[in-house]
Amino acid sequence: MWVDIILSLRQELIVAVIIFLLLFIKIGAAAYRTEAMLHFINLLLLANLLLGFFQGGDATLFSGMFHTNRLIVLEKSMLNLATLIVSLQAYSWLKGHRQVLEFYMLLLSTLLGFFFMISSGNLLIFYLGLELSTIPLAALSSFDLEKRRSSEAAMKFILSSAFSSALLLFGISLLYGATGTLGFDTLAGRLDGSAFQLFAFIFILSGFAFKISAVPFHLWTADVYEGSPVTVTAYLSVVSKGAVFFIFILALYTVFKPLAGNWYKIVVLLSVLTMVTGNLFALRQDGLKRLLAFSSIAQSGFILAGITGSSRGGEASVIYFILVYIFSNLGAFGVVSFISAQTGRESVNDYRGLYATNPLLSWVMAISLFSLAGIPPTAGFFGKFFLLMAGAGKGNFVFIGIAALNMVISLYYYLRVIKAIFMDSQPEPIGKLKIPLLPKIAFLVCVAGIVMTGLVGGIYDYIYSLSKGF
Amino acid sequence: MNLSLLVLVPLITAVAVLFCKGLNGIRWVSLAGATVQLLLSFGLLALYWRERAAGDSAAFLYEYRHAWFPSWNIWYHVGVDGVSIAMILLTALVMEAAILVSWAIKPMSREFFILLHFLSAGAYGFFLSLDLFTLFFFLEVSVIPKFLLIGVWGSGRKEYSAMKLALMLMGGSALVFVGLMGLYYNTGGAGGTHSFDLMEIAQMHIPVEVQRQFFPFLFVGFGIFTALFPFHTWVPDGHSSAPTAASMFLAGISMKLGGYGCLRVVVFLMPEAAREYSPVIVLLATIAIVYGAFATMMQKDLKYINAYSSVSHCGFIILGIGMLTRTAISGAVMQMISHGLMTALFFAAIGMIYDRTHTRMVQQLGGLLKIMPFISTVFVVAGLCSLGLPGLSGFVAEITVFMGSWERAGEMYRLATILACASIVITAVYILRATGQAIMGPVKDPHYNGLGDATWNEKLAGILLGAGIIAIGVAPFWLQALIK
Repeated sequence: MWVDIILSLRQELIVAVIIFLLLFIKIGAAAYRTEAMLHFINLLLLANLLLGFFQGGDATLFSGMFHTNRLIVLEKSMLNLATLIVSLQAYSWLKGHRQVLEFYMLLLSTLLGFFFMISSGNLLIFYLGLELSTIPLAALSSFDLEKRRSSEAAMKFILSSAFSSALLLFGISLLYGATGTLGFDTLAGRLDGSAFQLFAFIFILSGFAFKISAVPFHLWTADVYEGSPVTVTAYLSVVSKGAVFFIFILALYTVFKPLAGNWYKIVVLLSVLTMVTGNLFALRQDGLKRLLAFSSIAQSGFILAGITGSSRGGEASVIYFILVYIFSNLGAFGVVSFISAQTGRESVNDYRGLYATNPLLSWVMAISLFSLAGIPPTAGFFGKFFLLMAGAGKGNFVFIGIAALNMVISLYYYLRVIKAIFMDSQPEPIGKLKIPLLPKIAFLVCVAGIVMTGLVGGIYDYIYSLSKGF
Repeated sequence: MNLSLLVLVPLITAVAVLFCKGLNGIRWVSLAGATVQLLLSFGLLALYWRERAAGDSAAFLYEYRHAWFPSWNIWYHVGVDGVSIAMILLTALVMEAAILVSWAIKPMSREFFILLHFLSAGAYGFFLSLDLFTLFFFLEVSVIPKFLLIGVWGSGRKEYSAMKLALMLMGGSALVFVGLMGLYYNTGGAGGTHSFDLMEIAQMHIPVEVQRQFFPFLFVGFGIFTALFPFHTWVPDGHSSAPTAASMFLAGISMKLGGYGCLRVVVFLMPEAAREYSPVIVLLATIAIVYGAFATMMQKDLKYINAYSSVSHCGFIILGIGMLTRTAISGAVMQMISHGLMTALFFAAIGMIYDRTHTRMVQQLGGLLKIMPFISTVFVVAGLCSLGLPGLSGFVAEITVFMGSWERAGEMYRLATILACASIVITAVYILRATGQAIMGPVKDPHYNGLGDATWNEKLAGILLGAGIIAIGVAPFWLQALIK
């Protein structure tokens, strides 16, 4: 009995143990060398990733509050992997930072929150997990302690999050009033599409839309992404967004399945708005962080297009795309983060002539951007292809046509960066940078992931075999 | 024969180049890779003949299927028939010549050759594919190398041209993508599994309404790649800004991807819709032919002359496909091969001239025949092939297209054929004028007198492509038999 519970909860428990371990070190240890500590923590995170991989069975604990299956374990492992990559990339930035242990405690708390959120079987636990992750995230946004922009970003983040949480909570309470239950398994049976239920559903959907920065709920994204430390931005754009998408698709495909006729149109609309707005705003950005922020908004739109597929292929393609997105976006953010930590330069124009001085970083950036743009042979091509293909399954070809055109628009701003790196020059290019071991490993993992995830067909089919479908 | 070798050899060469030491190593490894590929292609041709002579009448030979994404029913599926072998031979020849003429490319020669090999791998894969997903994958693979090759090593407004080319071709891909989705979800009927397999879709017979709906997407999408009017605007800029080898590859091979796609995917899978849309296609092709020819007359830059004349010549490909008669379509295929060789040779000659004189303006050149006889001869051969001199491949291809077009009854088709024929006269005007001013006559600039003729590698490239042109021109029957 206890063994079963511990096994089912092992990923959460390991993360919790690491948090407490760091806390005790913080309280107990008098002094430590930052670099040694960073290596130690990264080893812990690696162990966390590896231990999480062991497959357990399906389980439902605490009278339906918490449930886990092989797909959820895989999703959590993906988040573990992304956290590890972010942590490796943060090495250059954290090396000069004094509050390393606090950083990791906050980071892992958010991860724990996401784990509970993904595993939730009840809207209450879902909400708890979401809040457990949101509040430390705001603290992380302000982690460039001496920069005003960073505090500003944290303020914006906490205010908009509080607002979206309020919307979500209001929707949940209305839904409870309408159906008398909050459990996922019982909710689906009691939804009949009455006006009151739809009213509640819209609030819940808005809460989700805030978290995945879907247009028109995206206004916080660019400012927060720009103001936060690049590492935190990368974490926000990949882990936070990925986790919310995992639970979003679960909610739409199982809990709110009876309302599918209603949410299909809304999600299509959200998807089109998000893609078009994200892409059009990204066209004119000069700051790389803002450019990547708008690009990540646009990517949300593509993921929503996959969700509209309402099929097993739709679920698998979304989860697959998030895996691809982890590698691609972290590759791009990793380069920005590394160069920003070393030189403080973050605009597209600063990258002119980068290839002459830093060929390795340039290729990592180029491959990541091509993957984000969806150009073969990178994995991004397969990810986008399957998302749109799942979306096309409904026969809405106008929608798919708009999405395909958006891929052309997005190519323009990714190519702008590539052009700056490979074709332009400037009087003071970024000097030769020496890449330490840990970020180098992170870059290698990202590039390998981008190349292999697509060409090796088995990965997609493994995800497909685990997904439950519509 | 394992066809995947044809995709793997360029990739392996690219990796080998990555680890090569020194400029000479890079050059020779690249050349060796391309030569192996060329020999493989000829080997494939010989094997194919033997197999056919032995009475194998399967539609495609050497098929290989490997499940790639089984849950979508997506396969890595390759196979060849006569047309694809002809295209593969063309690619191998142009690739070999392209490497020979870029012997002295600077700077970053390593990256240049890697991208070139990568580009060719995409083209080989495209011509081999029998699965629409595989085909689309290889079609888009070429975007990265094209963009970088033009933007980094090009001349003139290279960034602008590179961006324009990448975006327009991506737009074409987007249209193709929508068309593919339409095909995929209309296969298999109710409850059956959908398929991307070319042969399976052909047997299933797509309903006419569906064909009507998705034909324009696929045709225009592929058409953008082959300079379909009015989507040809990337061609002049892209080809003129590209470095010599990339121009050769772009005009010689990449534009043919579109023609091949139109033929293999669009017309083959949607014959009824092709018949319905035929007048529109013929109209657009005729406009491209005539407009391209007139636009070429106005050009003063040799590369622009060849680029605009490519628009005109690729119009013949679309015209042949649009006419839908057997002869016209085989003429279109021959035009693809002929134009591929001819335009590659032309760009090679222009590149050699530019390397020496540092100008491509017709007025500034003159009397080159006296200074560099070999290069001038190559230039003249390419030019004569372009204007359709009998004995060279251009004549054979164009006359087949015209004969096939005439078979199609109807006033509009007749008129289109006559106009297309008449455009040959304009071609003669601009080719002869350029040749007369740049090659013949007195030496305009005394500085040119000390310039040397072609080096051994350039000579070899010229001879290879020239031999191809003459081989088709003198004995077209083997090619006709191959692609029938």
